[in-house]
Amino acid sequence: MTDAATPSAPAQKKNIFSLLEIDTRLLGMIGAFAVLSIGFDLITDGRFLTPRNIFNLTIQTVSVAIMATGMVFIIVTRHIDLSVGSLLATCSAIMAMTQTVLTPDMLGLGLNHPLTAPIAIVIGLVAGTAIGAFHGWLVGYLTIPAFIVTLGGLLVWRNVAWYLTNGQTIGPLDETFLLFGGINGTLGVTWSWIVGIVATVIAIAALFNARRGKLAHDFPVKPLWAEAMLGTIIAVVILGFVALLNAYEVPTPRLERMFEARGEVMPEGYTAGYGVPYSVLILLVVAVVMTLIARRTRLGRYIFATGGNPDAAELSGINTRLLTVKVFAIMGALCAVSAVVASARLSFHSNDIGTLDELRVIAAAVIGGTALSGGIGTIHGAILGALIMQSLQSGMAMVGVDAPFQNIVVGAVLVFAVLVDIIYRRRTGAA
Amino acid sequence: MATGTNKGTPLVEMRDISIAFGGVQAVDHVTVDLYPGEVVGLLGHNGAGKSTLIKCLSGAYQQDSGEIFVNGEKATINNPRDARGYNIETIYQTLALADNLDAASNLFLGRELTTPFGFVDDSKMEAETRKIMGRLNSNFRKFNVPVSALSGGQRQSVAISRAVYFNARILIMDEPTAALGPQETQMVAELIDELKRQGLGIFLIDHDVHQVKRLCDRASVMKNGQLVGTVNVDDVTEDDLLAMIILGKKPEELAA
Repeated sequence: MTDAATPSAPAQKKNIFSLLEIDTRLLGMIGAFAVLSIGFDLITDGRFLTPRNIFNLTIQTVSVAIMATGMVFIIVTRHIDLSVGSLLATCSAIMAMTQTVLTPDMLGLGLNHPLTAPIAIVIGLVAGTAIGAFHGWLVGYLTIPAFIVTLGGLLVWRNVAWYLTNGQTIGPLDETFLLFGGINGTLGVTWSWIVGIVATVIAIAALFNARRGKLAHDFPVKPLWAEAMLGTIIAVVILGFVALLNAYEVPTPRLERMFEARGEVMPEGYTAGYGVPYSVLILLVVAVVMTLIARRTRLGRYIFATGGNPDAAELSGINTRLLTVKVFAIMGALCAVSAVVASARLSFHSNDIGTLDELRVIAAAVIGGTALSGGIGTIHGAILGALIMQSLQSGMAMVGVDAPFQNIVVGAVLVFAVLVDIIYRRRTGAA
Repeated sequence: MATGTNKGTPLVEMRDISIAFGGVQAVDHVTVDLYPGEVVGLLGHNGAGKSTLIKCLSGAYQQDSGEIFVNGEKATINNPRDARGYNIETIYQTLALADNLDAASNLFLGRELTTPFGFVDDSKMEAETRKIMGRLNSNFRKFNVPVSALSGGQRQSVAISRAVYFNARILIMDEPTAALGPQETQMVAELIDELKRQGLGIFLIDHDVHQVKRLCDRASVMKNGQLVGTVNVDDVTEDDLLAMIILGKKPEELAA
């Protein structure tokens, strides 16, 4: 910090975290996650923190995490969406019917045609966005409370999904479509490294760019060593994550079958890692896009302004009604994306897909620091929230906690997390 | 009606404005005007209709009947954006700031500066904010915290800087000093004088008669949605103004 900016500021109070401009709340969440992971790892004799389990944990988290990013915008604008699980089911049903009935029979493309998956996904996305926009119109223009609209939606879309499929489980799904489910579609070791390195370079370039922007206007900047440290942390996290996913090796029998399918014989001692699943890649892309929207676009600025003070937003000439439609449309689109991942992971569409997801998604957003009073929330927080919830759930399953106790603990943790958040905010004086 | 010393075309003329909510006639055929370089006080009790009247000008409400003229031309103001198109800026009683955003985001809310790629240009906006704040309130330092962390006076200077930055010609101030201490009130008063010298027209809504006497050139008094009258503040006493507010009678009627 330069002297001009902090003439009498209490410089001695600045610790290393504020110097790095890392949110202490985020740090707390990372700490909680670390404690949780290490705890489970000790109890399970080292079975929790294995590449295999981390891989599974990651792909299990993706569906809820994608929707949680959308829920951040919904909650930030002081609304709620209780229909995301049902909406996911409807999108999943529409896509399942598209690829099992529409494209093979009605369009005559046959099974596993290369166009099947893209057609199904586009139709699903359009449906999800349209339904979300419709919710937003009911909330924004007809001024029905979002709680009621989406409570109705919870029932309606669950049963629209049922009606569309006659209650049947629809499967198997298209082979290309299944690539987005997780273990059936991964980048492989080499491409995972390439993606990891590219991501690291982009992240560091963004850091550098932000610094240059500040310097250009003579704003105070972090000391160079702090900047370098932040860059190093980012690089270690990204590349470490890639290394972990790469370390999960494809089982030998499966590799043998893959070679057989190509009419080859597997060389002795051949191994291959799974690498980054496509579904995780989708989540990362969603996370980056949503973060950009939140921080760097007018839409995002208006979302947060409306959440902070709806009257001020309106008086500033922001069309808050249309904004509501947009926010719910984004949520709907993300439900469709999650529907792709969720049904592809199961490899079929089932009637109960996404059941109770609305609660997981809201919990992830709230644990991730989104304030129900509006105006505050981050995308990365919500994703971390989803990861913590999923770790808790699968960790307990691994330890052998009975199913009712698992849910009791998850429910209690949600309430406790919000309490901690309230205390934290009161202490720091942030809203 | 007192016409004051102003000649020529008024900056704003609100002619025969009426607006009703349900069965309540909030504003009842009221006519007010404002000339360049002039401060017109709008006085009245709570619920007298002064805020409602002025919200027709700022675009927050739409009048049921009556017309608004800006520089002698008929103006159509359907929303706050329209009002801004006529260089009408409003500083609301509630300040209309988004508490969770920083000063720069609030200053540019609804009119963000963007980079060529369409992203908001936070650095540029902060730089502009620093510039304008340097002029209005050079003690202002809190650029990177949410405005909820600012004092009343600091928040007020953010609100005022917004109006000044976008070259307001017509400024509406709704009790700008209500939440401020004496020193900050003095700062706002000096600012109003400065803006007046620059030729802006200012509508000042207030119910502090003393304040109106000090800051305004003319005062329009409202009671129960109707205009009691408009007077030159130098021609009347504070008691006269109070009588207008409380009894709804003009000084000459009282004298008679």
